[in-house]
Amino acid sequence: MFENQLNAVDVKRLQHDIQTASAADVERILHKQHCTLSDFPVLISPAAAEFIETMAARSRQITALRFGKIVRLYAPLYISNECVNACAYCGFNTHNPTPRTTLSHDEILAEADVLHQQGFRHLLLVSGEHRTHVPVEFIADIAHSLRDTFASLSIEVYPMETSEYQLLADNGITSIAVYQETYNRRRYAELHQGPKADFNYRLATPERAASAGLREIGIGALLGLSDHRLELALLAQHAGYLMKTYWKASISVSFPRIREAAGNFHPSETITDRELAQAVFALRMVLPDAELVLSTRENQTFRDGMAGLGITRMSAGSRTNPGGYSKSDNALEQFAIDDQRSASEVASMLTQKGLEPVWKDFDRFFLS
Amino acid sequence: MKLIINGDEQIFDHPVATIAQLLEQLAVPVARTAIELNGAVVEQHQIETTALQDADHIEIVSFVGGG
Amino acid sequence: MQTTLKSFHSLEVAELKELVIAGRKFTSRLFVGTGKYPSPDILRQSLAASGTEMVTVALRRVSLTEPDPTIAAIDFDKYLVMPNTSGAKDAEEALRLARLARTASGLDWIKLEVTPDPVYLLPDPAETLKAAEVLVKEGFIVLPYIHADPTLARRLEDIGCAAIMPLGSPIGSARGIKTEEFLRIIIEQASIPVVIDAGIGMPSHAAQAIELGADAVLVNTAIAVAVDPVLMAEAFCLAVQAAEKALLSGPIEQQTRATASSPLTEFLE
Repeated sequence: MFENQLNAVDVKRLQHDIQTASAADVERILHKQHCTLSDFPVLISPAAAEFIETMAARSRQITALRFGKIVRLYAPLYISNECVNACAYCGFNTHNPTPRTTLSHDEILAEADVLHQQGFRHLLLVSGEHRTHVPVEFIADIAHSLRDTFASLSIEVYPMETSEYQLLADNGITSIAVYQETYNRRRYAELHQGPKADFNYRLATPERAASAGLREIGIGALLGLSDHRLELALLAQHAGYLMKTYWKASISVSFPRIREAAGNFHPSETITDRELAQAVFALRMVLPDAELVLSTRENQTFRDGMAGLGITRMSAGSRTNPGGYSKSDNALEQFAIDDQRSASEVASMLTQKGLEPVWKDFDRFFLS
Repeated sequence: MKLIINGDEQIFDHPVATIAQLLEQLAVPVARTAIELNGAVVEQHQIETTALQDADHIEIVSFVGGG
Repeated sequence: MQTTLKSFHSLEVAELKELVIAGRKFTSRLFVGTGKYPSPDILRQSLAASGTEMVTVALRRVSLTEPDPTIAAIDFDKYLVMPNTSGAKDAEEALRLARLARTASGLDWIKLEVTPDPVYLLPDPAETLKAAEVLVKEGFIVLPYIHADPTLARRLEDIGCAAIMPLGSPIGSARGIKTEEFLRIIIEQASIPVVIDAGIGMPSHAAQAIELGADAVLVNTAIAVAVDPVLMAEAFCLAVQAAEKALLSGPIEQQTRATASSPLTEFLE
């Protein structure tokens, strides 16, 4: 299990390697035809920052070779903002005294319909952690209703058992996203209360999902909680582990930066656009086959610039509050959106850049 | 008159005065032909005027197919 | 060969640098040798089919009994006919051949070949350098045939050679581009044209050479001894053209390099 590998990491040494990497080290790695995970500490180092243009070109090339000139579009559909966890940084923190709601089956279908009209064929169903308001069977029912109209249905909810993932898979869920948030155990413990506080259980979630046969597994770290370079190095290792162990699954990697949310959490560090860009390029160079995801958390200029340089998946026209697409936004949103453009505006931008927006990746017809 | 032409000794009943005359006698065109007389290169424009003497070594060289 | 990448939106379009050797412009990047053909007529047709503008010939003693009809098959007005010094075993012999060749051709162009080894016909670097130095001083337009030795290439460029002709593999071996790593270096470092010569056996090798960045290729045996040399000459012509078009279309290989003119990461400022 990845837990074993993670526990064996000499974190101090890794941090040291990242901080002390030199320009010569970076140049040596940039000369290689193929980079490996062991090159990541150098690529994410401060020393690599001055090579960002070269890294951008390499990242672009690798992405074009592996994925072509496409960007896959998806929309998050928040089905509930109920949550039993108290995560210090999250708008859904159970202690936040703001309106909670869980959409009904029909309301969800209405939301989905709006998204379908916009062109989406890939939805990410999102909720907080609340097994009473959002039981597994409920999600399974929704999936069942949506499976014919959406080729790809992902969930970003609470960690489940393999058997539960199996149930969801049988009903049409194709992928999951579950971010470890931080790979620093001590920091993790500081930030989380509730069931989510179980670091190991969360860490093993991608593996349980993959064992159930889900096609795409999304992992991620929330940047700003801890030393972002170290977090990314561990995130990269996690991705590498999953790719090797669950070779039938496609792995996607996300690296959202903490944004303002209700509750006024202050991140321990700020990651600049340049630093995030460097992270994307570095990830692409060592994980040529991973999907790299950029959400509407990021600003327009950044997203536009990064499309085609390594990012292969983007959300668009997002609403992070339940009912946000079909109703007005009364309820709490999980995080503030920065890129406010509609899906078609984002698609236009991509086309103008010589990239093709992809709404649907594969037809379910061939799968089940 | 004895001349060594391309490594072979040849006897001429009548003396050959110039290289040009030699080429004519041998039915070798002047154009695109290179001449070495006693180890020295003869320029094209000198072919008419360069005199030959007994026992001269002459290389008559031209182009053939090659890579 | 240098290509300059132009940015257009975020897509890049390449421009091929013109092939100019000693002030003479060539449209075709395929040079053809004239040896080993089955007949003068086939030679003539093959040259035509190849689209070449530059052919090489060797220098040999005229046969006084059987005139060589080969040369009659070559149109000296249509092609730039460049003599080579094949057969020379050392610098002295090469100089001798070059000087003779010049009187016959009326041109200063010479392909300098010094090959003491009769088995593999590999070029002697020391004698080549020695001869090149003298020939350049005597006003020749020197194109030296060498092993793919980047250091030697630089030295020959320094002394004033008009182009470099590094080998792909031994003459007549048809083994293709075996010296790729070093050809890359030569191409990267050279300011004069690089013509890959020797060992090209198939059109794909010629395409590979051009795609590698060579300015031109010289092919002889592969065309001359094919069962249908005329068709093979045409194939080589197409292969070289295909490679040129590939480079002009901005292939993925070229997209590794960031261009200063329009940085990809400008938006991060």
